[in-house]
Amino acid sequence: MKILVTVKRVVDFNVKIRVKADGTGVELANVKMSMNPFDEISVEEALRLKEAGKASEVVVVSIGPAKAEETLRTALAMGADRAILVETEDQVEPLAVAKIVKGVAEAEQPGLIIVGKQAIDDDSNQTGQMLSALLGWPQGTFASKVEIGDGKVNVTREVDGGLQTVELKLPAVVTTDLRLNEPRYASLPNIMKAKKKPLDKKSPADFGVDTRPRLKVLKTEEPSGRKAGIKVKSVAELVEKLKTEAGVL
Amino acid sequence: MAILLLADHDNSHLSDQTAKALTAAQKIGSDVHVLVAGSNVKAIAEEAARLSGVSKVLVAEDASLANNLAEPLAATIVSLAGSYDTIITAATSVGKNVMPRVAALLDVAQVSEIIEVVSADTYRRPIYAGNAIQTVQTSEPKKVITVRTASFAAAPEGGSAAIETVSAAADPGLSSHISDALSSSDRPELTSAKIIISGGRALGSSEKFKEVILPVADKLGAAVGASRAAVDAGYAPNDWQVGQTGKVVAPDLYIACGISGAIQHLAGMKDSKVIVAINKDEEAPIFQVADYGLVADLFDVLPELEKAL
Repeated sequence: MKILVTVKRVVDFNVKIRVKADGTGVELANVKMSMNPFDEISVEEALRLKEAGKASEVVVVSIGPAKAEETLRTALAMGADRAILVETEDQVEPLAVAKIVKGVAEAEQPGLIIVGKQAIDDDSNQTGQMLSALLGWPQGTFASKVEIGDGKVNVTREVDGGLQTVELKLPAVVTTDLRLNEPRYASLPNIMKAKKKPLDKKSPADFGVDTRPRLKVLKTEEPSGRKAGIKVKSVAELVEKLKTEAGVL
Repeated sequence: MAILLLADHDNSHLSDQTAKALTAAQKIGSDVHVLVAGSNVKAIAEEAARLSGVSKVLVAEDASLANNLAEPLAATIVSLAGSYDTIITAATSVGKNVMPRVAALLDVAQVSEIIEVVSADTYRRPIYAGNAIQTVQTSEPKKVITVRTASFAAAPEGGSAAIETVSAAADPGLSSHISDALSSSDRPELTSAKIIISGGRALGSSEKFKEVILPVADKLGAAVGASRAAVDAGYAPNDWQVGQTGKVVAPDLYIACGISGAIQHLAGMKDSKVIVAINKDEEAPIFQVADYGLVADLFDVLPELEKAL
């Protein structure tokens, strides 16, 4: 079984982002970019399934600018077999991403597609669910455990209030949550080897997908800040303030 | 055209998330129909009918809808979509799971986790873990929206909407439910609690977390939360996590104990009405958002707090 994994190049999770003063978006020039953390977990899970003999090949795909090749090379250095870059300089909304990945899936015929539950830039949490809908496949979102069986996969999902386990017919789409695994670091020899692994370049038009945005972003602004309050000296003072000043006890 | 609001429930009760999403829906349009989908959910439909401002409740009952599985639930919502121009729900784990599937089946973009309705087609939503707020406008023929309920007050009771039975769509037969492992607790749910006390990595162990945090929570009738660091370290279960990738909460009182205040955590609790921070490190970023800060060792002051309450 082949596994297809999606990866997105995003602002590194450690970077404190800055909103542009003119309200047109977030400052992306000269900012450290990395693989979306949930996508690292997706790549790791695919590699573990291959190492366990449940998968034969791990193919990674990214939709993004030319520089997303670096992100794909990171996935290859972790151990993925080959990569596909669907190159576009435009911002692509989740629905169009899902349509492009559907095109890739129709060409590659994977038995499982692993998608991060959300990208930490737009926080949409949509692509995996949209992809499975377009393919007519089942979806196992927010996975904290993935067990491949015969023609099926059992996915344990992180839901409000605990965990839910579902059984999905393969092929299926799984979206990864934080506690599924701890992604590995790529070793230096593997980083060198990754430079020679195959990487195909495509465009959204190759899949007949129109990437024009459906939503119009009118402005992007800083959240209204919260001001620091006061320091209290003792528990007694704290309880007193909460009772009389804040009125919450 | 009318608005379809998908009710959030656990097959026994309507969650208060629905009443909050209803408030958001009413800002988009006045004719709101609530869909209660499940198995044996008539009592939940009656609860929904009592919410003020609901004009009709639709009940879809089928065994395939019993566990909120995305595939049959999305099929049922899509089968009803023709009569609605807006389909909306709370951004709970059920809503986040099913709504993008509905949007894709309708070939429309979804607007995720809105925190404000600016006008019928324009909404504000957080991006980058709440470090920026986007104002987005949609011109899609059908608007598919999830609501970050911490930003909206619950609609009151006092309505008496008619309840109508609708048929469930055929189960696509792609998925089945195996089991639930839900944490049972007498404490309030994180997302609806009036008071939350949260612990961070400073607790040091799962035993200490229980020993120090839980007695204060019991005294306050509070829900218990945790930072991602505490959850990753195994001190607290994952469904206690408050933050960008955990739960987003806005209680009347949030007490952060031994939590430094990473961006990811602040994104999940900074809309709380009153924030208390207890931390040994007076430079901890949590103090920048706290209304009341106490620079002290939590192992000293939490037992003291329990006694003082």
